[in-house]
Amino acid sequence: MDVRSQVSMVFHLDKCIGCHTCSIACKNIWTDRKGAEYMWWNNVETKPGTGYPTKWENQDIYKGGWEKNGDSVSLKGAGKFKGLKNIFHNPHLPVLDDYYEPWTYKYQDLFTAPEGDDQPTARPVSLVTGEHMDIQAGPNWDDDMGGSVDYARQDVNLDKLTPAEQEAMFQLERMTFHYLPRICNHCLNPACVASCPSGALYKRGEDGIVLINQERCRAWRMCVTACPYKKSYYNWNTGKSEKCVLCYPRLESGQAPACFHSCVGRIRYLGVMLYDADRIEAAASAPDDQLVNAQLDIYLDPFDPEVIKQARLNGVADSTITAAQNSPVYKFVKIWKLALPLHPEFRTLPNLFYVPALLPTMANVANGVYNSTSKSLWNGVESNRLPMKYLASLFTAGNTGKVVEVMKRLMAVRLHRRGVTVGDLSSAEISVAMNEVHMDADTADAIFRLTALATFDERFVIPPAHREESIEMLENTADVKGNTGFGFKEKPARGL
Amino acid sequence: MTNYLLFVALPYASLAIFLVGSIYRYLNRGFSVSSVSSQFLEGRKLFWGSQPFHWGLFVLFFGHLIAFLFPRAIIAWNGQPVRLLILEIAAFSFGLCALLGVVLLINRRLTSRRVQIVTSKMDVVVYLILLTQIISGLLVAYHNRWGSSWFAAFLTPYLRSIFVLDPQIDAIASVNSLSLKVHIISAFSLVGLIPFTRFIHFLVYPVDYLWRSYQQVIWNWPRKHIRTSRSHSEGHKSLNN
Repeated sequence: MDVRSQVSMVFHLDKCIGCHTCSIACKNIWTDRKGAEYMWWNNVETKPGTGYPTKWENQDIYKGGWEKNGDSVSLKGAGKFKGLKNIFHNPHLPVLDDYYEPWTYKYQDLFTAPEGDDQPTARPVSLVTGEHMDIQAGPNWDDDMGGSVDYARQDVNLDKLTPAEQEAMFQLERMTFHYLPRICNHCLNPACVASCPSGALYKRGEDGIVLINQERCRAWRMCVTACPYKKSYYNWNTGKSEKCVLCYPRLESGQAPACFHSCVGRIRYLGVMLYDADRIEAAASAPDDQLVNAQLDIYLDPFDPEVIKQARLNGVADSTITAAQNSPVYKFVKIWKLALPLHPEFRTLPNLFYVPALLPTMANVANGVYNSTSKSLWNGVESNRLPMKYLASLFTAGNTGKVVEVMKRLMAVRLHRRGVTVGDLSSAEISVAMNEVHMDADTADAIFRLTALATFDERFVIPPAHREESIEMLENTADVKGNTGFGFKEKPARGL
Repeated sequence: MTNYLLFVALPYASLAIFLVGSIYRYLNRGFSVSSVSSQFLEGRKLFWGSQPFHWGLFVLFFGHLIAFLFPRAIIAWNGQPVRLLILEIAAFSFGLCALLGVVLLINRRLTSRRVQIVTSKMDVVVYLILLTQIISGLLVAYHNRWGSSWFAAFLTPYLRSIFVLDPQIDAIASVNSLSLKVHIISAFSLVGLIPFTRFIHFLVYPVDYLWRSYQQVIWNWPRKHIRTSRSHSEGHKSLNN
């Protein structure tokens, strides 16, 4: 057993209101620079929809992630042979237009335009070329376009549904969408790290954050292809790739990452998970329908004395083990079994888990009549407007049973709390729902508390980074005496 | 005197600048060491230019290297006219590939507005010297046949004399081929330009990727030594700082 610690995340989709505050917080801190304007390390997509970059989930186009290869896995569009063969031209690299061409407006024209019969306008200009441009696409171009032909119906996950099911999903009365905020998953089996020919990408041992060493990146751009979530971006100006750093300077000083901190809907949770690094390859190579369970199995019980002993032997700090025991992520993912990884079939073992959106389930159309009366309060999860197959394509590699199980657990909590707060449900009805998922009232209350009432410190359990050792973590204190400090010692300018 | 400048002074100056400059840039200006790919801004035209250009140069570079290091082997191979023809035609084709590639790449720079934005002054120098190098090489191959055979007699001794610090330029100076002289001069100029241009990226071609393990995990401190006041560990400077 090789116990390591990983800073992991849970996003509760039922609570996401799609306000993009997270994206803006991230943009303002990290990507408001030349060459990075088009990057959204944190973005919020509308599902069903095509996402950012367009159709990123379709690995027939982008060749990201791993594919099963016998007892192990191999990179789909990169790797030692393919990477070096394609180094002069990477056929699977998304280009700027797959994201969008960033632009600004000539605001000054509004003030300097000569007096005339027409209102002055601020024309859009490209942030790449500086020339006037026609805007073709932008960030969140498909925002809220839940029923649209151009966006929603192009969603790759719909391929798993029969044509009849797709049609049903787009009936006006059933039409729905939910938001999907995405950041780097800081995977346990990161395809970006494996694909980097120059070894610039690495996973930090202490907390599992995946970073790109800007000094070693040589713009071979394989990580952009290899990341199936398209969360590694190429900075066309500096000639270096960049990605979400999970705000590690903030984490190290005990603050939540900016996107977590600013989340208006409080959908985000962050905490430590202990896992067994020896079992990564086996978990990544599991058959499709067992992928989620195989991944969840390698996260270890932080209360198990044997796990604690092995963790200590591996140099995991006691404070980190305590953080793992209090981790909200551990509760959502392992104890309550409410959160699922996004697209586990990419086999990178992502560390960002989603509590799927439960509602709306009420709509019920029979003979063209919109009927909202039903025997049970919320009509049961099977009549969810988003088909279970669709959610299974997002979160369980097609394992519908696993999604239904999570939905029923969420529903049980709802019914239980409805019984407590409103009291209009029969206790028999509630206990049927609770018994079906083997949940007791205390657990349901705990889930409710962490979902709805959790404080800042309950949502973000950040392990101390041990700043007292941090300078020695990097170099001898004597070496840095009188130095300029850490960070770039040269201007991060484009090379000749 | 001119010959001395061009075939002795220039090579040594270039090699010195190449060695000192490249090492300095790698160690102190590490951020600038990149292939600065522009595929992200323009991918289609790049394919038709970059592939023939790079593969052409790749083969030609190793061809020249083998001819320099193992001249006897090349001469032995050329013992039969058919094999000589095969070698020369193959080499010439790769030369044409490289020429086609560089022309298409120049065309791409001129026609794609986005690529122009990321084109530096040194990129213009790069294209000019590559054009000179490739065209002069093709002219030599065409007019002064058969290079693979006389390379061993002419150029290998000259290059070797440069590297053993005992320059012998009589043979080269007496050559009556302008294109050959241009080819040699531009080759050494190119070497001297490596630290100042994007040529630097070929020095960091990631061969070590072949034997590296796929996943890279970096600990800030030796993870099995939890440091107490008694077990102080020196640690080691991480690569990223």
